[in-house]
Order: sequence, then C-alpha cells, then structure tokens
Amino acid sequence: MKLITAIIKPHKLDDVKAALKQAGVVGITVVEVKGFGRQGGHTEVYRGAEYVIDLIPKVKLEVVLDAADADRIAEVIVDAARTGKIGDGKVWISEIDKLIRIRTGERDSDAI
Amino acid sequence: MPEVPIDTGNTAWILISTALVLFMTPGLAFFYGGMVRAKNVLGMLMQNFFAMGILAIIWSFIGFSLAFGNFGDGGWIGNFDFLAMQDVGQTGVVLGKDTWFSAGAGLTLTIPFILFCVYQMTFAIITPALITGATADRMKFRAYVVFISVWLVLVYSPVAHWVFGGGFLAKMGALDFAGGAVVHINAGAAALALCILLGKRKGWPTTSMHPHSLPWTMIGTGILWFGWAGFNAGSALAADGIAAQALFNTFTAASAGMIGWVIVETLKDGKPTTLGAASGAVAGLVAITPCAGFVGGMSGTAIGLIAGAVCFLAISLKTKFGYDDSLDVVGVHLVGGLVGSILLGFFATTKVNVAGFDGLFAGGGADLLIDQVVASLIVLVFSFVVSMVIGKLIDLTIGLRVSEEDEEIGLDLSQHAENAYS
Repeated sequence: MKLITAIIKPHKLDDVKAALKQAGVVGITVVEVKGFGRQGGHTEVYRGAEYVIDLIPKVKLEVVLDAADADRIAEVIVDAARTGKIGDGKVWISEIDKLIRIRTGERDSDAI
Repeated sequence: MPEVPIDTGNTAWILISTALVLFMTPGLAFFYGGMVRAKNVLGMLMQNFFAMGILAIIWSFIGFSLAFGNFGDGGWIGNFDFLAMQDVGQTGVVLGKDTWFSAGAGLTLTIPFILFCVYQMTFAIITPALITGATADRMKFRAYVVFISVWLVLVYSPVAHWVFGGGFLAKMGALDFAGGAVVHINAGAAALALCILLGKRKGWPTTSMHPHSLPWTMIGTGILWFGWAGFNAGSALAADGIAAQALFNTFTAASAGMIGWVIVETLKDGKPTTLGAASGAVAGLVAITPCAGFVGGMSGTAIGLIAGAVCFLAISLKTKFGYDDSLDVVGVHLVGGLVGSILLGFFATTKVNVAGFDGLFAGGGADLLIDQVVASLIVLVFSFVVSMVIGKLIDLTIGLRVSEEDEEIGLDLSQHAENAYS
C-alpha cells in the first residue's frame, strides 16, 4: 500500500477534495501547516515597514491507497491543485508497511 | 479653600465622564492586546488592568495632592494639603483664589471636589498605561509596576501641576485643554526612553510580529473613541457649550484622523488596513486632546487630518532610527501630541472659548504658538530624562527586561503562568 502526501494551497482544498471523491478515493486526512519552498517565502509591506514572511500557510493532505491506484490519484491531486503560480506545492508517494481499521480490525487492503 | 455650591447638571456630566475615561483603560488594554502576539496578550492586558489597581491607590494617597495642591502657584509642584484625601470634600471649591489664575478669581469648581479628584484619577491611570505599548513583549511585570508607581509621583503629578494645576506652564500662557502635553507628550516621551533602555525584541525588525487579533484591537478602538468624549468634553468640567464644542471637535478629529492615515497608507503601502483605520482615528483623537475646547469650525477636522497623515509617516521613524517602539506609542502619542499642541498655536480662537487665547489664524500673532512649542519641549525633555533615570535605576536593581528564554516563551506563561487561548 502507498501513502500519498500533498502540500497544497489552502484555497485549492475544495477542488482537490471534489476531484478525489470523483476519482473514487474513500478517505483523506487534512491538516493546516506552514512552510516554504524554493522561493523562500516573500517580503510584504505592513504599517510602513518591510517584513520577510518565510512560513506560508498551506494544507497537507494524506491519502492511503492500493499501490495500483497511487500514480493515478497523485495525478488527480496535481491537476486539481495546480494554479500555475508560485507556491502550488508538492505531492509525494511513500510506502506503508501495515494498515489496520480500528473498528473492525481489518488489515491491509481490506482496511482501505 | 472657599466652598461653593455644586451645580447638579455639571456634576452629573462629570460623574459620567469619570466612568467614560476609566473605561478607556480597559479599552486601551484591548487596543494594544490585539496588536501583540498571542503569547503576550495576557501580559499586555495585565499591565493595563493592574495600572487601574495600583495607580488609584497612589493617586488618592499622594498623587492628587502633588498635582493639585498649591493650585495657581505658577510653580513646579503641589504640596501635601490633600495627602490621604484630607480636605477633599463633597462641596464645590474655588482653587487658587488670589493667585495669578484668572486674575485672582481662581478656578471655581461647581462639582464636588472629590469628584474632581476621581475624575483626574482616571487620567492619572491611563497616562502611564499608554507606555505599555512601547515596552510590549519584553518588560518584567514587577519592573513595570515599580516604574509606573514611581513615574506617577515623580513625572505625571508634577507635569499635571505645571499645566492643570495652575503651575508655571499655565502661567506662561500655554494651553492644554485635556492633556495633549500632560498625557500624550508625557507618556510618549517616557515610552521612547523605556523602549531605548529595554532594547529591541528578538527578531525585530525583520521578523513579522503581526497583530494576533485585530478584532480585539477594533473593540479597543471603539471603546477609546467613545470614552474620549469624557476625556475631552469632560475636561470642560461643566455641562455647557464648551463641552459640546469639545465633543464635536473630538469626534470629527477622530474621523478625519482615520481618513488622513488611510489615504497616506494606501498611497504608500498599497492597501487600506483595519489597523491603519484604528490607528488613524486614535492619532486624530490624540491631536485634538489639547485643542478640544479652544478651536471651532472645521479646525478639528483639519487637525485630525494632519495628525492622521503625519503620524502614519512618523511610525517609520522607529525603523529608521532603530528603536523598537512595538506598538507605535511614540509615533502616535508623542508625535500626535506634539502635532496637536503645536497646531493649537495656529487654530485657537477666543470666539470658541473666552478663557483661551487667539492663535496665529485668529489674529493672535505668534505668542501662543511660541508658548505651545516651548511648553511641549519642556514636558518632552523632562519626561524623557526622568523616565530614563527611573528606568535605569530599576534596571540596575531588579532588571527591566525578561530573560531571552522568557521572551521566547511569552509573557503570559513566563510572568503570569497563564495561557490566553487553550
């Protein structure tokens, strides 16, 4: 099984959620995070002075799924989250060793 | 002191004004509280609320006497006539009879003398509290308490005597209706001294330390604006036409201050901000404070507009000169107070208040303007120097600034073992 992790712009969450539902994904986890990528944040002017904002608010999304679906769903996320402007984010796929559904005790693929 | 009967109308209004001005200190607490980071909000609130605690006691015991004893002596300090509230009764009184004040007529208070005391107390409370904005995020609580307690006696009461108590600045001919010098220049200069002594916050000026709750700041602004009716119009010490003029000037100056600030802000930074609107209104209110009962027509509006624009530009001084005036007390209160006190030299007119003087525009020549500049500078220098000395002494004994670790953790936890939002 695979874990897809995506860092996206907060305002794209609704689009990504809708696209994932349509692609057949059953469950996701979402958390608010802060971070920066290659451009290292930005400067802003507030109250007459300049500030460096290096940690920008983002949303982190996690999906657990069968290895067979991982590449397809990753593309769904990329397409739904893209705006074409700086700060769109990243998606990565990692391996999961074990998966258990708490209520029923089902394992691995049955637990997705 | 000769006793006179009280006027119930005047007394009713000043009773209300006292409550209005007292409410301004909690208002200030939230105005500043919203502007600091979340980990320091209780630290800010506690400093302002505690000022209401300790300063009321010191004022009633000795501050009032040092400010208003020896009324009309044309001098430097009051006396101990009213120590521990002796001879502060319920009738009206005539202060400073047979002194230079009003050519020997003195000041007739048609409100209970004890009401005058508690009304002035609310001014004595909020003035040191203003300083908290400049020292935000890094001052030890006990150092703060010692500082404001000593400052009330050594700085506020004398300056109040010089201006409100018929002391040498009033005798010289300077005007200050509700405390442009006594409150704003005074507190602003002390704020400057302390923020220089304290040093810069860790990370200032490049790290962004944005307000954690502008809604709090806006509530605070509303309370300040509302309470200022008691601050300025109440300083007429009567329910009369001058009070009404002062109220009109106060509210229009606040509005104009907001407009002035927001226009300059939008031109310079690109967007009008809520914090800017709030700060602009306060700048207008600060500037009109010395002028409130002495100007008329659209002067209040003009004064507010100028203050809003000038104070916005003034807040850039801290980055230019490298002093961490965290919440712009210097930029708004010191500069705003100076702007108002000096503009009074231009806009004052006896048509509005026969007890005032004519400024430059009313044909009074430069006399008042010169007096305003001189008085403002004297208060500025005195407050700055004495505050610096008091602050340094405290620093050498118990220390002014929290440790680096405590500053990182935040005042709420390090000074008060509390968390504002769980």
